[in-house]
Amino acid sequence: MSNIGTGGAPAGAPRAEYRTPLKIARGLGSAKSGVGHWWAQRVTAILLVLLVPWLIGVLVSLIGLDLDSARHVIARPWNAIPLAAFVIAAFWHAKLGMQVVIEDYVHTRWVEITLQLLVTFACVLAALASLYALGHIALLAPTTLS
Amino acid sequence: MATERPLSPHLQVYRWQITMTMSILHRVTGVIITVGAFALACWLLALASGGEHYVRAAALLASPFGKLVLFGFSLSLVYHLLNGIRHLLWDMGWGFEIPEFYRSGWTVLVLTIVFTVAIWFAALKVHP
Repeated sequence: MSNIGTGGAPAGAPRAEYRTPLKIARGLGSAKSGVGHWWAQRVTAILLVLLVPWLIGVLVSLIGLDLDSARHVIARPWNAIPLAAFVIAAFWHAKLGMQVVIEDYVHTRWVEITLQLLVTFACVLAALASLYALGHIALLAPTTLS
Repeated sequence: MATERPLSPHLQVYRWQITMTMSILHRVTGVIITVGAFALACWLLALASGGEHYVRAAALLASPFGKLVLFGFSLSLVYHLLNGIRHLLWDMGWGFEIPEFYRSGWTVLVLTIVFTVAIWFAALKVHP
């Protein structure tokens, strides 16, 4: 990346640099957030590639179970903890994806901002509600079964 | 919105290719499974609440309408998962030759059908 800091000028040419050293060091570019969105989408995607097949297996295994049995399955630590990880990764990934869809197709500024806020709030709320439900099930179900 | 400036040709001038359909399907299925994630959150809350809430959620999921929606979610999830792996492989620089695009595309489509059918075979075997 020899062009960084040279303003795109060929090597050896006089420097025409308008960015401050701090701006260059942060490396966030004109989009202001750099490649943060891209990376977060990939990192959550890799986590979801690992978790989704497992989740499908768990959900299929719950079919036909009564309330207490279903709670008992979810309350197991090796189900409750990956489920918590899944919920966080899934709603994070969904928020990032919906953000791009809205950016691409909604061109009325106030509608776009409103939708972005609604998606963000809804995803955070749903993730927190899911974690609350998981905590409730994980901490209370074993005592009701014993 | 009327535009005076010249515009580049839009989708309709291009011959159909599997790649364009798969690209838009990735978005469509992404939106569908976002709805599915909210449904999962509701189901977890119903499971935590128990009683009438769980009975109603279980009845809804077991109904023909519930099964149809679940089938849509599962199909979308499997497609988005497999095509997502395809995207991650591209991110690593793999599969950028034109024939490879087509081959990986058809592979994803076929595996989507196979895996979705397998899931529902397992699901209906447990509880028809």
